[in-house]
Amino acid sequence: MIYVQYILILFLLVCAISVCVTNNLLVSLIIFTAYSLVMSVIWLFLESPDLAITEAAVGAGVTSILFFITLKKVGKMTDKEDSDE
Amino acid sequence: MNKIFKSLNDFVNGVQDEKENVHLKHKNKKHHEKVLTERIEDIVESGENKGFNKFYNVIAILLACVIIACMIYTVSFLPSFGDPTNPANNEVVQAYIENGIRDTGAVNFVAGMILNYRAFDTLGESTVLFIAATTVIILLFKHKTKEEEKAEQLEEAKYEDKHDLILRHGALIVVPATLVFGVYVLFNGHLSPGGGFSGGTIMGAALILYNSAFGDNSTKTFFNYGIHKVIKISALSFYALSQLYSFITGANLIESIIPNGIAGNLISSGLILPLNICVGFEVACTMFGFYSLFDREEI
Repeated sequence: MIYVQYILILFLLVCAISVCVTNNLLVSLIIFTAYSLVMSVIWLFLESPDLAITEAAVGAGVTSILFFITLKKVGKMTDKEDSDE
Repeated sequence: MNKIFKSLNDFVNGVQDEKENVHLKHKNKKHHEKVLTERIEDIVESGENKGFNKFYNVIAILLACVIIACMIYTVSFLPSFGDPTNPANNEVVQAYIENGIRDTGAVNFVAGMILNYRAFDTLGESTVLFIAATTVIILLFKHKTKEEEKAEQLEEAKYEDKHDLILRHGALIVVPATLVFGVYVLFNGHLSPGGGFSGGTIMGAALILYNSAFGDNSTKTFFNYGIHKVIKISALSFYALSQLYSFITGANLIESIIPNGIAGNLISSGLILPLNICVGFEVACTMFGFYSLFDREEI
């Protein structure tokens, strides 16, 4: 089971670095959501299911929705501008 | 996800096309935004600041490395994870674990901790949420005259059926399940993992999904600004009043008349269940309010 945790932490590191490296805002947002999901699984391994539920609902759910709306407002959601970048 | 926002985008654009006046205003605003972004892009692309950019990157990486080194050095002084002789494993923890169920009546000890021993801190958290939501309302809420509101409702009724078909049918299946799960997590906060904050967020997420699938008009039939206000204020006031009761009885060494019940039953553990429900409704309203204000500048 410990190896699963190593893999998850490695994934977490890769996600954290690639969030800042990617140019496309939409892609980095999706990676950020994946980061939150993996983090909630790691909370489960650390025996804190309360935090895991909250992380999954807030981090992966509501925060990313708010980010998506903000992206839409500043006009980075459309395909046209994605291909420009 | 992309699909939801595309359909929302189309719908918003459609409403604005129909209304000439709003459309013009919107166009002006868009123009202004475009000029701003173009200017920023010009500055970035012209290479005027290339020297500065290089300097900025080097300094940023150096600073990040220094901070990371400091943190890793600090972590090396921490006691190892899960060691029984750690300073954290002292008599306080033991006392809480031994007397926890008898004092609070909650099987999920985290709930007993945050809503009984440390309920005052949770009151502070709920107040912070309330203040945050109020600030977002002050910043983003757009006051409309009654005529504007009516016109907008009529416009929306036209586009009601044009929401994405897959999204609507998916939401029909997912929304009830999510809502029920949220209520379950909320009501079993003192028995199983979860509680007010997580359950409220799940309920808020279900509301958000319903709103993005079925539009504003059908959401407003059961959840509008007035209901939002009433739920938020009454939840917070109930929380504060029950805390007041606990403080008065606790400070004067009076026996509280609220029974703890049998640990493990649904209705047990004194004030924890009603406080959980209060926090949950507060959080659900805040989450949906944030979404609604960010998206349409109204609730």
